[in-house]
Amino acid sequence: MIPVYFAQVGIIFATFGLLLLAAAIMVYSERKVAAIIQQRYGPYLVGPKGMLQPIADVVKLIFKETLRPLGADRLLFMLAPLISATAAFAAFAVVPFGAKTTLFGLLDTPMSLQIADVNVAVLVIFAITSVSLYGIVLAGWSSNSKYSLLGALRSVSQMISYELSYGLSLASVIVVAGSLSLTDIVNAQAGTWLGFIPRWFVFLQPVGFVIFMIAGIAETNRAPFDFPEAEQELVAGYHTEYSSTPFMMFFLAEYINMVTAAAVATDLFLGGWHGPWLPDYLGWIWFLIKIGAILFFYIWMRWTLPRLRYDQLMTFGWKVLLPLAAVNLIVTAAGVIYFGY
Amino acid sequence: MVLFYLFGTVAVVASLLVVLQRNPMHSVLLLIVSFVALAGLYILLDSPFAAVIQIIIYAGAIMVLFLFVVMLLNAHKEDDPPAGSLTAGGPLRIGAVLAVVLTAELIWALVRAEGTRDGLLAGGAGADPGTLGSVRELGRVLFTDYAFAFEVTSILIIVAMVGAVVLAKREL
Repeated sequence: MIPVYFAQVGIIFATFGLLLLAAAIMVYSERKVAAIIQQRYGPYLVGPKGMLQPIADVVKLIFKETLRPLGADRLLFMLAPLISATAAFAAFAVVPFGAKTTLFGLLDTPMSLQIADVNVAVLVIFAITSVSLYGIVLAGWSSNSKYSLLGALRSVSQMISYELSYGLSLASVIVVAGSLSLTDIVNAQAGTWLGFIPRWFVFLQPVGFVIFMIAGIAETNRAPFDFPEAEQELVAGYHTEYSSTPFMMFFLAEYINMVTAAAVATDLFLGGWHGPWLPDYLGWIWFLIKIGAILFFYIWMRWTLPRLRYDQLMTFGWKVLLPLAAVNLIVTAAGVIYFGY
Repeated sequence: MVLFYLFGTVAVVASLLVVLQRNPMHSVLLLIVSFVALAGLYILLDSPFAAVIQIIIYAGAIMVLFLFVVMLLNAHKEDDPPAGSLTAGGPLRIGAVLAVVLTAELIWALVRAEGTRDGLLAGGAGADPGTLGSVRELGRVLFTDYAFAFEVTSILIIVAMVGAVVLAKREL
């Protein structure tokens, strides 16, 4: 029997490693899916079916020279990618990805598959997302380059605009679940209605789910909302001047943010680790399947939809998404008061 | 207690550096550091909700706008203070007097609060701090006991917003 704190440390390292692995898998599957959609082969030389391509990419990036523009603010230029990467990892710390388990009998007392069970987890994720903005802003400003600055400005105004709708759609789930803890929210989605419809919040909150997904894509700067790095206009946006490891950190942060966004969406709307057929302690398999489905959807979107125009993005965010989210929250709150929990 | 001193020191040092060093961009960032340290203090006070809200609202939303303004004004370095502005005798003396008054007020308030400290801590009773109960309780109190203050604040913010729009957009 291993003591619980030992297992906790183990979980922290495991989560860290799994996130890195997930980012590598995402890079590979993005290239492969893009290739399939565009009728190309995609990476196929490195390793079986090109599966070692992400590792080759990482090695290549590490061995490149770290460049710094002459007029750049030294401290902030190096700090920005660190903030981005740290925030990306930190956000996952409060995301639960499985039911309480004894790790197949290794532990005396069951332990939840989550680094920290914070009772305001939903808000913590929201807070870390808003802090991660600084990585992008500082990168754009400290590079002392016009493209970077424009990219950062766009990115920030986009994220601020969509954060409101994101928050309101979160709030409607919180109202339905009656809790701010992600574990409680997931457990509120256990069981089924009428024996076959799972009690997932996506069925109670369809509008909220759609808003959450759209705002989530905008928050992670993915196509069709990838203005910060609209390459036709801005070269590469806020990370134009970055190379080597600092660039890799931005790249990593972007993919880990996607994984986190998908994990949060799974916990909030798709019932987390609850699903038919599998026993509770194998629930993480359901969790992985659901995350995978959402991430595939992200990639699919990117290679299917063209980028919006910038003013369309802003108009859509403020005049369509935000009012819709507000109305959704009011209707939800009224429903909860009328029907009870 | 160690954590309290750690967060306290970080908050004080960061706040001092905000005014003492010259690069406005660094000032904004140090202010954020100070806010995060304050959030840490809130957590030590068993109030994770206030801590997280502090980070979302202040460190996250408001400071981003500050950063925006500094970035767009492109104020790389503060110029040498023009002679005869704030460092002149008159404003300096008024500032000194205000600082002394503020310190006296703080000392007075702390001395007065000494006896009621336990009472203040017990004031939030009824709900177990740090659970949803406290959030729920907070919302209930905000919309019942303090509804008037809450509404007045919201009107104030709307007025400020309308004012900003009018100032920024002369012809509507």
